[in-house]
Amino acid sequence: MSFTALTASAAASASTGVAAEAAPAASPGEPWLNIAIFGAFVAITMIIVFRASRNNKTAADYYAAGRSFTGGQNGSAIAGDYLSAASFLGIVGAIAMTGYDGFLYSIGFLVAWLVALLLVAELLRNTGKFTMADVLSFRLRQKPVRIAAATTTLVVCFFYLLAQMAGAGGLVSLLLGVGDQLGQAVVITVVGALMILYVLIGGMKGTTWVQIIKAVLLIAGAGVMTVWVLALNGFDFSALLENAVEVAENPAILDPGLKYGVSDVSKIDFLSLGLALVLGTAALPHVLMRFYTVPTAKEARKSVVWAIWLIGIFYVFTLVLGYGAAALVGPAVIAGAPGGPNSAAPLLAFELGGPLLLGLISAIAFATILAVVAGLTITAAASFAHDIYASVVKKGKPEPGAEVKVARRTVVIIGIVAIIGGIGANGQNVAFLVALAFAVAASANLPTIVYSLYWKRFTTKGALWSMYGGLASAIILIIFSPVVSGSETSMLKTEAIDFAIFPLSNPGIVSIPLAFFLGWLGTVLDKGTEDPLKQSEMEVRSLTGVGAEKATQH
Amino acid sequence: MGNDALSAEQETAPPVDYPAVQRSPEFQELRSTHRKFVFPVLGACLVWYFGYVLLASYAHDFMSTPVFGHVNVAMLLGLAQVVTTFAVTTWYVSYANRKLDPRAEKLRDEIEHADFAPATEETAR
Repeated sequence: MSFTALTASAAASASTGVAAEAAPAASPGEPWLNIAIFGAFVAITMIIVFRASRNNKTAADYYAAGRSFTGGQNGSAIAGDYLSAASFLGIVGAIAMTGYDGFLYSIGFLVAWLVALLLVAELLRNTGKFTMADVLSFRLRQKPVRIAAATTTLVVCFFYLLAQMAGAGGLVSLLLGVGDQLGQAVVITVVGALMILYVLIGGMKGTTWVQIIKAVLLIAGAGVMTVWVLALNGFDFSALLENAVEVAENPAILDPGLKYGVSDVSKIDFLSLGLALVLGTAALPHVLMRFYTVPTAKEARKSVVWAIWLIGIFYVFTLVLGYGAAALVGPAVIAGAPGGPNSAAPLLAFELGGPLLLGLISAIAFATILAVVAGLTITAAASFAHDIYASVVKKGKPEPGAEVKVARRTVVIIGIVAIIGGIGANGQNVAFLVALAFAVAASANLPTIVYSLYWKRFTTKGALWSMYGGLASAIILIIFSPVVSGSETSMLKTEAIDFAIFPLSNPGIVSIPLAFFLGWLGTVLDKGTEDPLKQSEMEVRSLTGVGAEKATQH
Repeated sequence: MGNDALSAEQETAPPVDYPAVQRSPEFQELRSTHRKFVFPVLGACLVWYFGYVLLASYAHDFMSTPVFGHVNVAMLLGLAQVVTTFAVTTWYVSYANRKLDPRAEKLRDEIEHADFAPATEETAR
């Protein structure tokens, strides 16, 4: 989803442009065919979700799918969660339009997984139960740390959700030819309602299956198109690049810097974004929660390995598809199509396989939004029900079944909030939402995760300073950044209001080091120490897997 | 023993003297085997990644040098990032399988068979 950042301004301007023109004629393919294929996906996944939900009894079933998925299944689901519509449409479009700089993004998103693999995944699986807060509060003071961790979880999930729902509106104009605001609002509502159904009925198990199916479809679809594009160029990547340069009439699309090399500020901005991306992934609550759906730490490791291979291969595909779209469709045509750069992949599909392939690719893009939104919703609901309700309000002793009941209610509330927020944010510059989500994850969560797993002396004060300091600094810097005010493409959409005193669009380069520093400072200034027994227990459990949550038996 | 069937989860597990485990040479070895891999390797990967990002931002001429056909240094370095990510992943998995898992398993077995139970308490098994 993070690629929304890349093409967000383009998508935002394109969707408002479409709203003004309402030009379905420019959308190739058959909207009804697209809808029919998407309907088939929904029907099939619904059946699977219903079947999967039969065994949803306990909290472990509902939040963690009974910890019964294999590493391969969970790895595919992680890939399905991570490769959003924006990453598929966004990166292909970015490479088609701005060339190499689009590829720079994918590298950051891929390398980020090494942080998850080496530092976090297994230790987290061994020490936690359902949520990120389980790990962070393990050896610190439960109540304040849980509240802080649940707060950052909800903030990250909320901004991700908004970005996805707002992106759905833009996609509709592109794929279904629905140009007016009302039509897009209806589609956002339908997407939200479907998502609520999936999560309500299927819990984590249903959500996981939707993500697995979607990942397989997305990667297979991208793979077929990649081979097709290469075949048209005699399986010669250099020839493809040559064609792309020729059609684009710009040899610079092969070099870095077309988009981010414009000025010194844009270069530092890119560094800042790179930092947030590479450190944000391993701190995204919905990614972390997926590690609890497997029975052991070893399977958690396997999940990440699967995810890295799938995501890496997919990003290589998008390199070919991006230049393929530049060569076969051409940047000028893409820029003029509804949806702008986001339409590069669908237009390429149309060029290759006509309306049918376009319909398939469009349906996959929709399925992607559903799957990602579902994953975010269950994470947010679990965090609220488990961390706030069961652990803080009921002091760890909720009545039997009450926690899952609260989680289900939370799903409905989050769904409705996401629908309303998505309609409100439709046509907005979604860049700030995504930048915020990644920057908040990297600044508010990662320092505390790393410190509590690896630094014996770490204390509650350090955790709270780091989490709240990271959260606040990331949000404040974004508010005073060019994404919110100061230009036509900003969130406020006017040059008249300008309080963009922070020059960078992404706060990561400031807020992430600051959060690490605050975590250290809070700890060394903390006169008290934490329970050494808990520290011993956490360290032993994290590395050996003693007492780790087992898979539930049915 | 008799109520094994009744208690579903960790209630049956013997109490563990975690500080004793933590002090034990076996655990210290597991811990250092883990850390001496993940810290330097991750550090190297991040340096390599940020080196690449800095090159892409500040060394345009170098990155634009054609290597063969239209494929330039930037393209190859980008793909090299993907390759090193795959390679490190594979390397870590084999390291974990050879060096971490056996040690962790041995310790887990010892703990679960109450070798580290507090001396004052009677062990469950």
